[in-house]
Amino acid sequence: MSNVRQYELIYITPPETTEEALAELHQQVAAVAERFGATIEKTENWGRRRLAYEIQRHREGVYVLEVINGPAAMTAELDRRLRVFDNVIRHMIVRVDEELAVAERAQSRRKEATAKRRVRRGLPPEPTEHERKRRDEDDDDSEGGLEMGFRPGGDR
Amino acid sequence: MSDFDKDSRGAGGRAGAKGAAGEKGGRRTFFRRRRVCKFCVEKIDHIDYKDVRMLTPFVPDRGKILPRRISGVCAAHQRRLQTAIKRARQLALIPYVAD
Repeated sequence: MSNVRQYELIYITPPETTEEALAELHQQVAAVAERFGATIEKTENWGRRRLAYEIQRHREGVYVLEVINGPAAMTAELDRRLRVFDNVIRHMIVRVDEELAVAERAQSRRKEATAKRRVRRGLPPEPTEHERKRRDEDDDDSEGGLEMGFRPGGDR
Repeated sequence: MSDFDKDSRGAGGRAGAKGAAGEKGGRRTFFRRRRVCKFCVEKIDHIDYKDVRMLTPFVPDRGKILPRRISGVCAAHQRRLQTAIKRARQLALIPYVAD
């Protein structure tokens, strides 16, 4: 596939949904994915969770997350299908590959900058075991203070 | 004049009431705590909408998104935080409004 993208699909079913119904639902999703030549990277069942607000009179729901690598046309079909199912009270499909790529780039850039800085100071590019240990200890100290001090909007 | 001084010091003390910052604030008319972006400090590049624990500090009880003038989050991170919170709301992980 030339333009495979990564999507996260989350759907919420009523809390009384049986295991079989959930398996059936997963099968349906997998079938659609397969038709578009997509692969399901992972499936996570978060189990029952309290909803932050009522959806169709439900106060709780079963959350299922599916990470799917597939083409864009697939999302429209998945969306259409999920809208029809009675036992899906909410669903959302989000494209994630771009955001993850950005995050990864930022991370590698930071790592590179650190290495460069360290080499300039005549240190090996990676922190040694000893240094890391000492830094961790420092972190523990400061973090205790930071955790208490950091309260967004706390000092209004 | 002395009354005015006392008043302003009181206000300064209130703004930095936590920790030693209060004493320092008394010298100047007002004191503002230096705010840093939590995401920059902890080097978080990706703000995940599924991570409710990360988002809740930025959604006060009322349900609104905390403005960055208060939280101190940098512009780039606030933008990402915003989309993450909005996604989490759609999934009923975070409320739109407090009931």
